[in-house]
Amino acid sequence: MVAFYGAEVSSRLMLGTAQYPSPAVLEQAFRRSGAGIATVSVRREAGQDRAGAAFWDLVAQLGVHVLPNTAGCYSVREAVTTAQMARELFDTSWVKLEVIGHADTLQPDPFGLVEAARILTEDGFEVFPYTTEDLVLAERLLEAGCKVLMPWGAPIGTGLGLTNIYGLRTLRAQLPDIPMVVDAGLGLPSQAAQAMEMGFDAVLLNTAVAKAGDPAAMAEGFARAVEAGRLAFEADPMEPRDMAAPSTPLIGKAFLE
Amino acid sequence: MKIYVNGERHEVSATALDAVLDELGYGGAKVATAVNETFVPASLRAQTDLAEGDRLEIVAPRQGG
Repeated sequence: MVAFYGAEVSSRLMLGTAQYPSPAVLEQAFRRSGAGIATVSVRREAGQDRAGAAFWDLVAQLGVHVLPNTAGCYSVREAVTTAQMARELFDTSWVKLEVIGHADTLQPDPFGLVEAARILTEDGFEVFPYTTEDLVLAERLLEAGCKVLMPWGAPIGTGLGLTNIYGLRTLRAQLPDIPMVVDAGLGLPSQAAQAMEMGFDAVLLNTAVAKAGDPAAMAEGFARAVEAGRLAFEADPMEPRDMAAPSTPLIGKAFLE
Repeated sequence: MKIYVNGERHEVSATALDAVLDELGYGGAKVATAVNETFVPASLRAQTDLAEGDRLEIVAPRQGG
């Protein structure tokens, strides 16, 4: 079990709900992955349209915790207003806070992120900030009231995996008691396993599953990788070494020369 | 009066936000609103009057990552 803001979740895999070929495939992916948290968003609704209600019904059927995001927001004001609208729609104080600073890399604006995190925390939100692996930024976010951090593995949608192992390892080592979710940039289950082996508490991904040829199978693949990585972390892995060390005992070997 | 609804100009006759939503076809819909970039909770729609040129955003739950 892992807990975020006091809510215990059985799975350490979080899944996004965007880009699936159909609602049915989305549902299959969630079922096979066992994911306990789903990210969602808010977008403009046309007058007679009831697309929002249809999507809401689908998410409700999944029986998961809902984590609304502020995806696409570039300013503090935009992110705060979006979070407030999402809180009313999804009836949760959780928000995956994104304040984007660059259009090509979708990397967070660290200054806006800290400011928005402070405003939202004071307004009663429980903030999951989408951040980089920067340690000082992480500390500022904690000072702003965040109790969970979501460092990126790589830019959103790239599937590059963990591009700064050193930075992520440092972050984990320096903040051992903060629940941390590697969010964004994962493309393969092995990359998710790697994050979990390093001691991260969970991973969040979307594109790697939704854009796979068989999203439901990939979702299960990621779920198994996350479990495997977590087990390995808890099992206290051996230290790597440069020279070989025989695993079979030498004592008692027959002398045949 | 003319207002902007999700970025497009609309002519509306109502002034209170809840009445404007009804007029635009959102009656009973699961939506959240912001006026001039400020969130307006559902509980305050009836007492929130719109003015000429106001920018109204109307959003609903959607897929997200």
